Amino acid sequence: MITLMINGERREVDVPPDMPLLWVLRDVLSLTGTKFGCGIAQCGACTLHLAGKPVRSCLLSVGAIGARAITTIEGLGVTPNGTKVQKAWLDLEVIQCGYCQSGQLMSAAALLDAIPRPDDADIDAAMAGNICRCGTYLRIRQAIKRAAEA
Amino acid sequence: MHDNPWLKNSPNLSRRAFLEMSGAAAFLFGFSVPLRTTRAATKVLTFAPNAFIRIDRQGEITLIMPQVEMGQGVYTSISMILAEELDADWSLVRVEHAPADENLYANPDLGFQVTGDSTSIRAFWQPLRLAGAAARACFIEAAAHSWGVSTAECRTENSQVIHDQSGRTLDYGALVSRAATVTPPKAPPLKEPGAFRLIGRSQKRLDTPDKVYGKTVYAIDVLPPGVKFATHAASPVVGGTVAHVDDRRAKAIPGVRQIVVLDDLVAVVGDHMWAAKCGLAALDITWNDGPNAEVSSDLIWSRLRSASLRDGVVAKEVGDVKRALSAAGESSNEVVTAAYELPLLAHACMEPLNCTVHVTPTSAEAWIGTQVMERVHVAVAKAAGLPESQVTVHNHLLGGGFGRKLEADMAYTAARIAKQVEGPVKVVWTREEDMRHDIYRPAYRDLLWARLEGDRIVGWKHRVSGSSVNARFLPRVFQKGMDPDSVASAQDIPYDIPNLRVEFNREEPPGVNTGFWRGVGPNNNVFSLESFIEELAHKAGKDSIAFRRAHLDKTPRLQAALDLVREKSGWGTPLPTRCGRGVAAQISFASFIATVVECEVDKAGEVKLRRVTSAVDTGIAVNPDTVIAQLQGGLIFGLTAGLYGEITLKNGRVQQSNFHDYRMLRIDQVPPIDVHLIKSGEAPGGIGEAGVTASIPALRNAIYAATGVALRRMPVDRNLLTTGART
Repeated sequence: MITLMINGERREVDVPPDMPLLWVLRDVLSLTGTKFGCGIAQCGACTLHLAGKPVRSCLLSVGAIGARAITTIEGLGVTPNGTKVQKAWLDLEVIQCGYCQSGQLMSAAALLDAIPRPDDADIDAAMAGNICRCGTYLRIRQAIKRAAEA
Repeated sequence: MHDNPWLKNSPNLSRRAFLEMSGAAAFLFGFSVPLRTTRAATKVLTFAPNAFIRIDRQGEITLIMPQVEMGQGVYTSISMILAEELDADWSLVRVEHAPADENLYANPDLGFQVTGDSTSIRAFWQPLRLAGAAARACFIEAAAHSWGVSTAECRTENSQVIHDQSGRTLDYGALVSRAATVTPPKAPPLKEPGAFRLIGRSQKRLDTPDKVYGKTVYAIDVLPPGVKFATHAASPVVGGTVAHVDDRRAKAIPGVRQIVVLDDLVAVVGDHMWAAKCGLAALDITWNDGPNAEVSSDLIWSRLRSASLRDGVVAKEVGDVKRALSAAGESSNEVVTAAYELPLLAHACMEPLNCTVHVTPTSAEAWIGTQVMERVHVAVAKAAGLPESQVTVHNHLLGGGFGRKLEADMAYTAARIAKQVEGPVKVVWTREEDMRHDIYRPAYRDLLWARLEGDRIVGWKHRVSGSSVNARFLPRVFQKGMDPDSVASAQDIPYDIPNLRVEFNREEPPGVNTGFWRGVGPNNNVFSLESFIEELAHKAGKDSIAFRRAHLDKTPRLQAALDLVREKSGWGTPLPTRCGRGVAAQISFASFIATVVECEVDKAGEVKLRRVTSAVDTGIAVNPDTVIAQLQGGLIFGLTAGLYGEITLKNGRVQQSNFHDYRMLRIDQVPPIDVHLIKSGEAPGGIGEAGVTASIPALRNAIYAATGVALRRMPVDRNLLTTGART
C-alpha cells in the first residue's frame, strides 16, 4: 500500500511503486481532471503540484512521492492563486477544446506562487512546457497577467 | 437559404404534443449540466416542438446540439441562434448532445450527421432560427388564447409572453402544456437583425466553467462500472498483419488481464493504463509488413511529382487559357510558372484517440468524442456483429478534432478489441500510436502558370495534384475524377482573371491513409495560390496589397479586408534587416480574410514571428469573441504547420512519434496576434478553419520579403534561409 496526500485527503492505493501518478489518479482514484497527452513530459497536459511545485505526473512514480502534498485541478480552487487564475481564465474566455487547460492552469498558478508579478519572459519560461493545440496562448498570457493584478 | 427538414418531417413534430421524459439524463453523460436527476427521474411534461428544443414546466430550456463541440464554441453559438429566435431567457438555457440520428440531426450542407468543413453555423443558421421562431410562435398563440386576445397584441422577451395593453405576462414554463397543443408554424416570422439581443453580442461560452474546474468528462475520462483499460500496437505498416506474438513476459506483469490478438493489432487489457502500457512494451511481436513494406517519403513524392505532369480533370475554364498563356513574346510577357508542395500532416489532437466500448451478446454501448456520430454507431455495430438498433453511442466534448474525428476507425478498432473482452474496456492510443496511425492531411503538389500584361494577370492555370479525400469519405461528391474539396478556394479564386483554368489530378499515395485536416482543400489551395500571386506581384514590380487589390474590383468585401489589414498591420513602415511582412488574402468557407504576418529570419535560417494581423469579414458574427478566438487559434495552428509540420515515412513506417519530433508552436514563440472584425449584415461564414488557411501563405510571403527566398515547399527549410543561401 502506498499512502498519498491528494488535495488535502489521505488516499491509500495498492499499485506498483513505479506506476506514474497520472495513471493512479485517473484510473485508480477516478480523478480524471489531470490529462494524458504524451506520456513523455513533452506536452504538460498532466501537470499538477507536488509540494507546491509544478511537475509532470506522467513520469512521476508514485513510490517516489512520499509525504509530499499533491494538488490536482480538482483541488486548485481552494488555493489563493488557483482561484485567481481560474477566475481570469473565465473572465478572458481562454479555453477552446479545454483538454490541455488543467495543465495550463496548474502551471500558471505555480508561476504566480513563485513570481507574483511575472513579466513576459517569466511567463514564457513557466508556460513553454504546456502545449495548446487550439492555440489559446495569447489569452493564457493575458489571463496570467490579469490574475497577477487581482 | 436552407429548407428546414426538421420542421417538416421531424418525427417529433408528428408526436409533438407531450413528450414524456423519463430518462432525460441519459444523453447528458459526459457533459455536466445542472439537470436535476430527481426531476429527470420523475415524469416531466415537456414542450418539444422540434428536434432541437425542449422546455419543461419550470421554464428550463434544453437545446439539443446537432453539431459537436470540439473547442470551436459551437454549443454556445448554436444555443444563441435558437435562444435568439425563441426569445429565451439565456440564463435558463442548458445544452445536451444530440444522439446518433441521421434523420433528425444531419448536417444540411453535407447530408449526414457530421461536424466539419466549417459548416456548423452556415448550414444550421436558417434551420435553427426557424426552429426557435416556431417554438416562440407556439408560446404566443398559447398565451393569446388563454387571455382571449389577438396574437398580434402579444410580444415575447426573456422567456415570457407579454400583453402590453393589459400588462399581463406569462412565463414560457407556465405555457408548456398549452403550447404543446399548438401546431408549430412552418414559416414563422424571423427577427430583423437589428432586433437581435444575443446574436452579434459576445456571450460567455457555456462549456468554459466545467473546463476551468477540471470537471468536463471527455471520452477519455469515462469510467463505466467495472471498466478495464487497454492500449494496443497496430501494424506499423498499413496493410501489415501480426505474424507471431510472444506474450509470456507481458502476462507476468501485475495488473495485466488479457492479451487480445487480432489480424492487424495486438492489445493488452489491464487494471489500469499503466499495466496495459507495461504489458504492451513487454510483448514480443513479429509483423508481416505486407505490400507496403518499402513505402517511403521519396516514393510518395516521386509518384506525386510524376503524376502532377499529367493534365488534370478540369474544374473550371474561363476564356482562352491556352492562347493567353502562349502569347508570350517580349521577355516581360513570358509565362511564369512555379510548383508548390505541402507535406503529409498529423492532426495531433491533445486528447489522444480513445473509445470505450462494452459489448455483450445482445448489445453494445460506446463512449467517444466524434465528429460523425452516426458513422461511429454503424462502425461499432459492424465490429460487434450486432444490429444498429442494439448499439448506443454516447458523444462527449472533444479534446480537439481538427478532422481526425471525422473518421470512425478508432471506434471500429476499439469495438473489435472490446468484442474479445468481458465487460467495458477503455481503449486509449498512446501518443505514439495516435501519431503513427493517423489519417493524414494529404501531400499536395500544385503547378501554376500565369502571364502578365503590364501589371495585370491575363492568363492563369492551376493544377492541383494529390489525394481525393472525398473519393473515400463521401463518394457521391466525387464525380468523374473531380473532388470539389480538392479545388476549393482555387476554382473560386477571388482574383478577376479573364482566362483561367483550374484542374485536379487525383493521385493517392501508397501505404498511407489520407483524410481531412483543419482547413481541408483550401489549406493547400490558398497556400499555392497566394504564394504564386506574391511572385507575380514581384514580377510586376507592384506592392503586394496593391497588386491583389487591383484584381479584386468585383470582390469589394476582400478589398475592404485588405484595406483594413494594411492600416492595422503597419504595412509599408520600415523594418530592421532580415525582417519582412507577408500578406495573404482569401475567400474560404465563405469568409473574407486578409492576413499579414511579420517575421524575422536570423542568419542560421531560424524564423522568429514578430506579429500577425488579420482583418475578417465573416458576415454576421454570431458570437464575436468566439470568432476572434477561432482566428487566433487557427492562425497559430497554421503557423505550426508552416514552421514544423511534416510526416515522413521510411520502410512503410511513419517516422515521427510524439511532440519532440512532431513539434508544436509553444507560448514563447507566439507573437501578438490582432484580429479585426469587419461589421457585416451578410449571412454568417465559416470560421473554424479560416485562420489555418490564412497564416501558412502569409508566413511564406513574409519570409520571401525578409530574405528574398521564394520558398516553394512547406514546412520551412531553414537550410534555404541561412545568410547567403538562395534557391
